[in-house]
Amino acid sequence: MTRARVLIRPKEGILDPQGQAVERALPALGFDGVANVHVGRLVELDVDDVARVPEMCERLLANPLIEDYEVIEVHE
Amino acid sequence: MRFGVVRFPGSCDEVDAVLACERHGEAEILWHGERDLKGVDAIVVPGGFSYGDYLRVGAIARFSPVMEAVAEFARAGGPVLGICNGFQVLCEAGLLPGALLPNTGLRFLCRQVDLVVANADTPFTSECEPGQTLSIPVKHTTGRYHAPADQLAALAEGGQVVLRYAPGQNPNGSLDDIAAVCNEGRNVMGLMPHPEHAVDPLTGSADGGLLFASLAASRLAAA
Repeated sequence: MTRARVLIRPKEGILDPQGQAVERALPALGFDGVANVHVGRLVELDVDDVARVPEMCERLLANPLIEDYEVIEVHE
Repeated sequence: MRFGVVRFPGSCDEVDAVLACERHGEAEILWHGERDLKGVDAIVVPGGFSYGDYLRVGAIARFSPVMEAVAEFARAGGPVLGICNGFQVLCEAGLLPGALLPNTGLRFLCRQVDLVVANADTPFTSECEPGQTLSIPVKHTTGRYHAPADQLAALAEGGQVVLRYAPGQNPNGSLDDIAAVCNEGRNVMGLMPHPEHAVDPLTGSADGGLLFASLAASRLAAA
């Protein structure tokens, strides 16, 4: 089986209040110089056929209306 | 008039929905694992946290057996009302346009809000006057309505925006102050506020009852 890692992010241009909250919190801890923070989701799965993962994303793992996804094959 | 109220694992507002429906007809629970809709005339998909809202709100519930039957019922023109989590489920199922995102304030909100009737020509609002203000509570964390800009314009033009938060009262950052949308056929509607919690003056407002009364009246008009 192949290990696949799916990164799901809020679509560009859609307000991401979670990202904004984290971006505001970091300087409060002394971490300056941080910008464009976005919070998304990570789904890891072992699959027989990694070519089918994008369809899984379209139908369940992500909502293409509000989220972008990226499928990464993991070889360890 | 016979209402069916869906119950998923994690639903929590189905009992209030049944009680609200029973003021205007009979009501029964439709279990998520069954496809049988028991011949009801209208369906309510209630609020709660279906399947724990894992992955994304409403994402798993849409694949339940009962939702396959509800989708078929909706495609045949049957009236379906989604409340809060039910709205999220109907959006995920593609029965309604758009999606619900976390509130801009990132907090759970629980408060009474004023809604303005943007379209009274639907089976859900026929007992309301256009422009009428309804006082109904909201209680949610993920209620920010979103649709792409072109779709948003089409919704407003096509009369698919049914309820808007009153000016200055948008609690969650919903685009265009949208509180409720319907499909093109106007037989499926979803809203974030909870009309089933506003059916008795004892709890502050009975305005939510108008939505259930509208459904019952539409049924009479069709018969």
